[in-house]
Amino acid sequence: MDIHEYQAKELLTKFGVPIPRGGLAYSPEQATYRASELGGPVVVKAQIHSGARGKAGGVKLCRNEREIEEAAESMLGRKLVTHQTGPAGKLVSRLYIEEATNIDREIYLGFVMDRASERIVVVASAAGGMDIEEISATQPDTIIRVTVDPAVGMQQFQARELAFGLGVDPDIVNKLVPAIMGCYRAFRDLDAMMVEINPLVITKEKQVLALDAKMSFDENALFRRPHIAELRDKSQEDPRETYASDRGLSYVGLDGDIGCIVNGAGLAMATLDMIKLAGGEPANFLDIGGGASPERVTKSFKAVLRDKNVRAILVNVFAGINRCDWVAKGVVDAVKELDIKMPIVVRLAGTNVEEGRKIIDNSGLTVISAETLADAAKKAVEAAKKAA
Amino acid sequence: MAIFINEKTPILIQGFTGRIGTFHAQEMIDYGSNVVGGVTPGKGGTSHLGRPVFNTVKGAVDETGAEASIVFVPPPFAADAIMEAADAGIKYCVCITDGIPAQDMIRVKRYMRRYKKEGRMVLTGPNCAGTISPGKAMLGIMPGHIYLPGRVGIVGRSGTLGYEAAEQLKALGIGVSTSVGIGGDPINGSSHRDVLEAFEKDPETDAVLMIGEIGGPQEAEAGVFAKEHMKKPVIAYIAGLSAPKGRRMGHAGAIVSAFGESAAEKVEILKGCGVTIAPTPSEMGSTVAQVLGQQRKVA
Repeated sequence: MDIHEYQAKELLTKFGVPIPRGGLAYSPEQATYRASELGGPVVVKAQIHSGARGKAGGVKLCRNEREIEEAAESMLGRKLVTHQTGPAGKLVSRLYIEEATNIDREIYLGFVMDRASERIVVVASAAGGMDIEEISATQPDTIIRVTVDPAVGMQQFQARELAFGLGVDPDIVNKLVPAIMGCYRAFRDLDAMMVEINPLVITKEKQVLALDAKMSFDENALFRRPHIAELRDKSQEDPRETYASDRGLSYVGLDGDIGCIVNGAGLAMATLDMIKLAGGEPANFLDIGGGASPERVTKSFKAVLRDKNVRAILVNVFAGINRCDWVAKGVVDAVKELDIKMPIVVRLAGTNVEEGRKIIDNSGLTVISAETLADAAKKAVEAAKKAA
Repeated sequence: MAIFINEKTPILIQGFTGRIGTFHAQEMIDYGSNVVGGVTPGKGGTSHLGRPVFNTVKGAVDETGAEASIVFVPPPFAADAIMEAADAGIKYCVCITDGIPAQDMIRVKRYMRRYKKEGRMVLTGPNCAGTISPGKAMLGIMPGHIYLPGRVGIVGRSGTLGYEAAEQLKALGIGVSTSVGIGGDPINGSSHRDVLEAFEKDPETDAVLMIGEIGGPQEAEAGVFAKEHMKKPVIAYIAGLSAPKGRRMGHAGAIVSAFGESAAEKVEILKGCGVTIAPTPSEMGSTVAQVLGQQRKVA
């Protein structure tokens, strides 16, 4: 789960990470008021769940009230498109007004859950301001890493190694070390998956400040982090995904026209692959989970049908513990209840598959039954093309 | 032989008396698994499904001589249950639980390093369908009847996609020695590579089907292991060809976040390691058949 920059900063400052003074604004009037509280030039920053906001016009340095109002008006209520948001962009409904800083140096600082070492790894680079992919492509030599032993946690000397490795003055090292340790403690104590301070700046006044902050959290740990779960901003999510996730379905919106309902994440991915290989484009990934109960099947159809691009639906269920005839009945009931007119291809496999197919074939509905994965994908692609 | 479990392995159910634990314990007993008891803290001394219930894993191991366990404990307590099993001397543990926090799994992996490698518990999962040695024993939640006993090993992250593979193999008359689910989480007990190593040593396995997916370094690592240390052929399918970068596809671990983590990149790496690729998920069975056919010709 991602959060906004201002939320990340509020969390990090409690762990002793220094941040510039700033405040939140929902309107141009509030923006100018916040600026007057801060005094001096300010930076108006659009709050969306994406990096690279500066290049997209989402970060503006303002010297007077008129500039602040203009910047706020140009951002609020608009969708900001960055190279991370996709073409649809993300809605700006909050601004963060922050005092401007005199930047001397920019540093990259990132904390990630490293899958190879199965530990938290801290990454730093003197080439701050660029994103980490760009740094690893163009200046890989500037990247320094330390790995944290989970038995004892990150140690001061590791933070010092990073700080000296970045080549900063010794008096700055003393300010950098607590900032690095603070980020680590926030990562550990809040069940983060990623903390990124890019840039962490050293000002001309020799202060260390987190100028930007990005945090994302382990959704599996939200049960014990209720104050983090509250920071979720649904306006930043694909509305199709919000609808599905609120109903306990695992859904990812895609750009095609074939809606997919599958049990199991791996089989769902494989089903999307088969559709692509058959020359079609899936509209979504959807894992209904192990049970595939009739209620979940109905919920899944509702979630898939919220996507107006969908022209055909492919249901692929491997009935393990439950039985195909039961799943088939669930599908037939859902199609009747929701009065679905578009073509539906159903592929069932596993326990009682023959009985399941009979129920589909004898339902009198426009449901096409398929035998194998390949057969199902082919039929779904044909149906979608015909309906186009 | 098979790997990890056979018809003799004494099995313990952790989270025995809960709804899910009860249902699957019964399925395992019906399949013929040697379930010797279970653990539910606070219910020790009672009996469930005709087997004794214990308060602690240690107590259960002392009384029953259990060697394997399966964890059905809810996510907040699952990491603790795994560590309890490791400490009690369980040799092989399957964790079914989906939704364990990643930092808990980091702690589990670090904790298990307290034990010398030879004596260390082998963990598969979490967030998996378990392990089955067809015709011998089932330590999982899979439908046992779709697996034909035989000599092909299966290792995979996904449950239902593994079923798909087993059914394709069964339709071609090809049996399975053991099928191991390693789970869809980013940090898991055993990697693809670890399971390949076990299959390479197993005299009852002739070839291995590896079912991978996007995200993480494990498939590539397994490819290198196959190239350098295996005589048995490895066939692989990687799911998620159409997955966009940066989007989590259901499994907590199925996300392309770095170089080498997409399906296309993994396929290239595996091909370079001499692994035979099943081009589509509907050709997992036929690709295995083809490789076995070639093997026979050579022999």
